[in-house]
Amino acid sequence: MGISPDANVFLEWKFVVINATLVWTWLVMALMVLGSWLITRKLSSGPEISRFQNLLEVIVDYTRSQIGEIARRQPERFLPFIGSLFLFIAVSNLLGIIPGFEPPTGSLSTTTGLAICVFAAVPLFGMTSRGLGPYLKQYLKPSPFMLPFNVIGELSRTLALAVRLFGNVMSGAKIVAILLAITPIIFPVVMQLFGLLTGIIQAYIFAILATVYIASGMRARSNKTGQEKGDSPDG
Amino acid sequence: MDSVTLIGMASIIAAGLTIGIGSIGPALGEGRALAQALQAMAQQPDEANTITRTLFVGLAMVESTAIYCFVVSMILIFANPFWNHVVAKAGG
Repeated sequence: MGISPDANVFLEWKFVVINATLVWTWLVMALMVLGSWLITRKLSSGPEISRFQNLLEVIVDYTRSQIGEIARRQPERFLPFIGSLFLFIAVSNLLGIIPGFEPPTGSLSTTTGLAICVFAAVPLFGMTSRGLGPYLKQYLKPSPFMLPFNVIGELSRTLALAVRLFGNVMSGAKIVAILLAITPIIFPVVMQLFGLLTGIIQAYIFAILATVYIASGMRARSNKTGQEKGDSPDG
Repeated sequence: MDSVTLIGMASIIAAGLTIGIGSIGPALGEGRALAQALQAMAQQPDEANTITRTLFVGLAMVESTAIYCFVVSMILIFANPFWNHVVAKAGG
């Protein structure tokens, strides 16, 4: 019993190592790309829409409204990034109930990659919306002495984002494995059901925290005259 | 006792203590947060959506301290660097 699917190596050739994380990540990606291509191939704007188009519309619309409520600005700019993060994490957590599938989010490498995407997106969105100077100046607030702490806060919340998702998904898998050894009849199924709920909530939280971090990086634009809102929460 | 036995013993005891002590605080905090959220929802049912969303995000943040403890104890049991070092030295 290992701690992550990284150790489960399928194929090894010189420095190229194909492990379970890679395989299942590509499977999830292929599933999502294929699914959305099949659904969006024939969209209709009439009263009769296919049920899968209905499903996608519900997901996209709900994501839009949530982002708009949290970031308090036009959600169109965030929607592709935040929506992809949410859908990828949610799909890989949900597929975890299929026997043999190891969620790629249960590996620290995947979650670190996702957290680094958020880490890079915060200055990108901030700089494009506020300009280079004003964005960098916010690190010197409230006083230049706070510069190291602002930088440390930026790094530690990225670490927290990665370890939180990894710990939650990994703990779900471990608890099921331990219960299988103790009470193999009913309880693993109950814990797997609970794992579905946790998986969706974790995907939601990852997306919300990414939105909050990005919005706090570009906050001065929307309320230039008013006072700035409270500091961004760190996990 | 040789060092392998000592490291194994210390790791297992430390893993149990880590998750045991580390989950006390988050459990108390989560219970308190949930009680407050229920109270707020009973007083203002219209705001239930916002309260629930904030509650989930807050719970996840409170819970992350317990998750850190869990990750540390899992590392102590399954991927212990000291254990690996000693075993590698003994083998090679």
